[in-house]
Amino acid sequence: MSGGTQLENANPVIFERSGERLLTAADEDEDVHDPIDDREIFDLIRSINDPEHPLSLEELNVVEQFRVKVNDTDSNVDVEFTPTIPHCSMATLIGLSIKVKLLRSLPDRFKLTSTFWKTLLPIYNAFLQCMILLLPI
Amino acid sequence: MLLTEELLATEEFFFCFVFLRLRIRVRVDGFMWIRIKGLKNGEFTVQQLVEALGLSLTSTQPQTRARGVKLLSEVLQECYGDLTEKEVEVLIAFYENRLKDHHVTTPPVLQGLRTLTQCPTLPSGSAVSILKSLFQDVHVQSLLLPDRACVYKMLINIMDTREAELKGLGADFVFGFVQSMDGERDPRNLLLAFQIARKIIHRGYNLGKFTEELFEVTSCYFPIDFTPPPNDPHGITREELIKELRHVLTGTPKFAEFLLPLIIEKLDSDVQSAKLDSLQTLAACVALYEHKDLAEFLEGLWASLRREVFQTSSEKIESAGLAALTAITCCLSRKVLNSDSEDALSAFLDMVLKDCKHHLSEPDLKLVWPSAKLLQAACRASNRASHIVTAAVMPALIEQYNSRNQCSHRRTLLEVIQRFIQSVKGSESPENEEQVLSGICPSLCCVTFAALSETNSSLQVTATSVLSSLTKQTGLLSNSQIELAVDHLARLVLSDEDDAVSLAVVACAGGLAELHPTVFITNMIPRIKRVIFSESMKQDGESMQNTQPAVRQRCLSVLAVVSTKPCVAQESTPVLLEVLNAAHSGEVGFSLEEAVLACHSLKRIAERVEDTKDSGRCFHDIIIPQLLSLALQAALQGENSSTRHSPLAEEAFLSTMVAVISTACSRLQSKLAGQTAERFVSLFLDGDVSFLPGNSFPSHIKLLANQQDSWKQSQMVCLLMGCVCSLPRTVMVPQMERLLSELEEMSCTCSHPMSYTSAAKCFAGLVNKIPQGDFLDSVLQKTMTRILCELNLAASRVRTQAYTFMIWVAKALLLRYHPTCTTLTDKMFSLLDDADLGPVVADGFSLLMSDSADVLSRGCHADVRIMYRQRFFSENSTKLVQGFNVAPQEKKPNYLKALSNIVNKLPKQVQVTELPALLSLLLEALTYPDQSVQLSTLSCLEPVIADPPPALIQQLEALVGRLLPLTSAPTMVLPFRARVLHALATPLGDKKRLVRREAVQARGEWFLLGSPGGSSL
Repeated sequence: MSGGTQLENANPVIFERSGERLLTAADEDEDVHDPIDDREIFDLIRSINDPEHPLSLEELNVVEQFRVKVNDTDSNVDVEFTPTIPHCSMATLIGLSIKVKLLRSLPDRFKLTSTFWKTLLPIYNAFLQCMILLLPI
Repeated sequence: MLLTEELLATEEFFFCFVFLRLRIRVRVDGFMWIRIKGLKNGEFTVQQLVEALGLSLTSTQPQTRARGVKLLSEVLQECYGDLTEKEVEVLIAFYENRLKDHHVTTPPVLQGLRTLTQCPTLPSGSAVSILKSLFQDVHVQSLLLPDRACVYKMLINIMDTREAELKGLGADFVFGFVQSMDGERDPRNLLLAFQIARKIIHRGYNLGKFTEELFEVTSCYFPIDFTPPPNDPHGITREELIKELRHVLTGTPKFAEFLLPLIIEKLDSDVQSAKLDSLQTLAACVALYEHKDLAEFLEGLWASLRREVFQTSSEKIESAGLAALTAITCCLSRKVLNSDSEDALSAFLDMVLKDCKHHLSEPDLKLVWPSAKLLQAACRASNRASHIVTAAVMPALIEQYNSRNQCSHRRTLLEVIQRFIQSVKGSESPENEEQVLSGICPSLCCVTFAALSETNSSLQVTATSVLSSLTKQTGLLSNSQIELAVDHLARLVLSDEDDAVSLAVVACAGGLAELHPTVFITNMIPRIKRVIFSESMKQDGESMQNTQPAVRQRCLSVLAVVSTKPCVAQESTPVLLEVLNAAHSGEVGFSLEEAVLACHSLKRIAERVEDTKDSGRCFHDIIIPQLLSLALQAALQGENSSTRHSPLAEEAFLSTMVAVISTACSRLQSKLAGQTAERFVSLFLDGDVSFLPGNSFPSHIKLLANQQDSWKQSQMVCLLMGCVCSLPRTVMVPQMERLLSELEEMSCTCSHPMSYTSAAKCFAGLVNKIPQGDFLDSVLQKTMTRILCELNLAASRVRTQAYTFMIWVAKALLLRYHPTCTTLTDKMFSLLDDADLGPVVADGFSLLMSDSADVLSRGCHADVRIMYRQRFFSENSTKLVQGFNVAPQEKKPNYLKALSNIVNKLPKQVQVTELPALLSLLLEALTYPDQSVQLSTLSCLEPVIADPPPALIQQLEALVGRLLPLTSAPTMVLPFRARVLHALATPLGDKKRLVRREAVQARGEWFLLGSPGGSSL
């Protein structure tokens, strides 16, 4: 964010952060199986920082809980995100951040069939391919 | 051997001398000394010396001439203080002439001139002539580094002593200096050059037409970009250079027209440090400027500042930018207004408002905060700026607040309002001007009170902080507004259930009570009192049952918080005492927790109330006797009736009461403290109950006598401890001898744990304060014999008591470095092998090394020497290790436990140096199954792992194997990364969400290990 260059989106709308997930008695009960649910996935990605602002994806409303779909039994995760402005050049980076975070945080049985921003998908996929090859796992 | 002029005159000798000088320094120094001695004793004059050196000085070889001059300069270096004015004049003439010589002679000539400028007898006018010939004949920048330094030092010398003469030289001096420093590259020389420039500017030298030149030649280094090389022997830091250069650049308004464009340009830079330096320099320079210096750059500066604050991601730059804006506004405010000129301040603020104000009406967008901060920074600058900004902003903000419905918007607006109130600057002369906010105050109060009545908790929390800021503006709120505010606070205390809100309300009430105690006395405290007692009447009502304890607890803690003024404390403490009374009698149904809480509130009042005569009297006359009386009643109750059990006889309550008494006694004035001590002692020794209120006690109370079944009475000894152990050391405790022997008896024979422990603590607290001497020795002699005797009897029934007694006495002595302590601690080490007491003794070391809250602390005026822990450790660690080595296998854990208890309490620096020696022992302690030992050992190891010594690295395999999650030193754990990541993949699929969450966090950190953004390597 150097002085001379302008940000692509200088004054974005800021959304409130949701609080921590509330603990229930079932969470403490050793015999109950907690399925991986939408909120859990959302909790994983909401704190990722935007590449442009010192704000999280949740605060910029790039990710929303209702657009996170998870099916624990079929091991499927589907995350959709909205860049703050159309043609956001940071969209690929945001997508990559989300994908890496999920890859690292979910058991490997999960399939990340991500329906990310459609128009950028080809570039994005190419980008992902080479980045993932570089990731040490 | 003396050097004569004949000797010196021979060229052979001179060369011989030079030769020697090159080869054998010591001998040369010897020669020099002789030479100087000759000069000082007047055996030969300087003139003779010069003449004697004549041959070499007039040689056709420039090298020879240089050597001659060098010799002369070195001689002068040693004896410049003794030269006469005439001699100096001759020498200066000679040296000035030599400046025209070959360039190899220049360095020694400069050295000589520098020495001469230090002469106290420097003739007037010669400084100017030196400089003239220097600037004329020498091209400073082609000299070597030390020679340039020599020139700068010469200039500094002359500036310090001949300021008037130099000023007579006019701008030529500045020009000469500018030429000399032009292109300087060495940081050491730059520091000197900046010093000279600073003197030129600050001492008012005539810059003439060379202002821009001087600015150019210094500002080309701005912003300073210098990283000292590793192992730099000169120790010049970037910060030093920045500071010196900033002094130069900001020193005079004459630079304004050059500096401000430069700053605007540098603010465009991509380098963060350059931006930061520019902003700080800007803030520094405008402090000296006037409006006319700034006028034409205001727009550019504002554009840069706005951009920095709006777009930055670094807090440092943001705050520097805000500080610069404050400084600029401050500068503009200094201008005296006259009728015909335009108002620069309001013109500038208009510009700021135009760019920022509209963002304030979009509380959900990102720029609302940067805009608010900018406006607040301007507002903070001066009273007039505050007037202008608040008049423009506040009504709009309040209107916004009233028109918005969403809580998050309202909260943001309210927070912005609160910061504005905070940044309002009061007038310098309070009598003639009205308060900045007085016009808008009623509507501010309206908004605040409305927000306090909302249901949204975050809005309420923000509103309390607005209220706090409003009350801090002295004289702003009217009495009725304050009463209304207190009303609202009281309502929130009594009704609200949200923890965050009650915390904020309690804090706000505390601040308010300090400023307006009377409102609290008349309004808040009676209401709270009513609620505490009345609600309990409706206990049958189902709905009340749930909230009631929480409300009561809040009420009790509010009473403590508001009582910082003695006048409030005098009203609030009776309420608390009444609660205790009711709890004792059982009328209103207070639980034990509530009684403890009330007592805790009393303790907080005792801690925080302002120390005046009144507050001391209040505690001495009313609170302490009443507390004692209640405790005594509770203790006696157990004797004769088995019907009801008073909560006031519980251990939890008594220990809080001890804290009240001890805090109060430690703060009493010594006269009152003496009286209190006397009363306590006569009560406990003689059963004198005359000073207690409610005089219905039997006359033959014996609290210290050991009656086996009356533990309720015997445990009261802890109250005695609270009093006599926390008195200032100057206060004498009466009947000391008898008191000590009864306490000793009790702690060795009583069977009730709380009683004998308290008696032991009380004894220890007293022994710690007895002055050195025969009395102390005899007491200790008697006590030690008894303790050792009881402990050595394996069959004794009171071994635990004797041990407890011993450890407390040992602690009392350890703290004051008493030599007898060693006997007791040695006994403790030997008891580690004991079959029954071994584990208990090992725990005891933790007690020995830690601070205890109620007795033997500095707060209780105990005699605590510094570093007693280190001392104990260094004297005893070898004993412990030896004991461990010879101990039978099943007793070894005791030693490990003791060791980790001792090491854990040492200061971190000592741990780091001492641990390598004990490392293998501590690693063994980790395998010991007791969790408390593991924990204390781990906390010992933690600082060492952060900065690992070689010994630890050798043990690494063992350590990491056992403690994978503990290791916080990535360099060494890096090899384990892959393994850990692989292992952590399994818990990612755990059936429990909490497990998965921890696994995700752990795995995320391990992924980042060793990469940028992760834990540093």
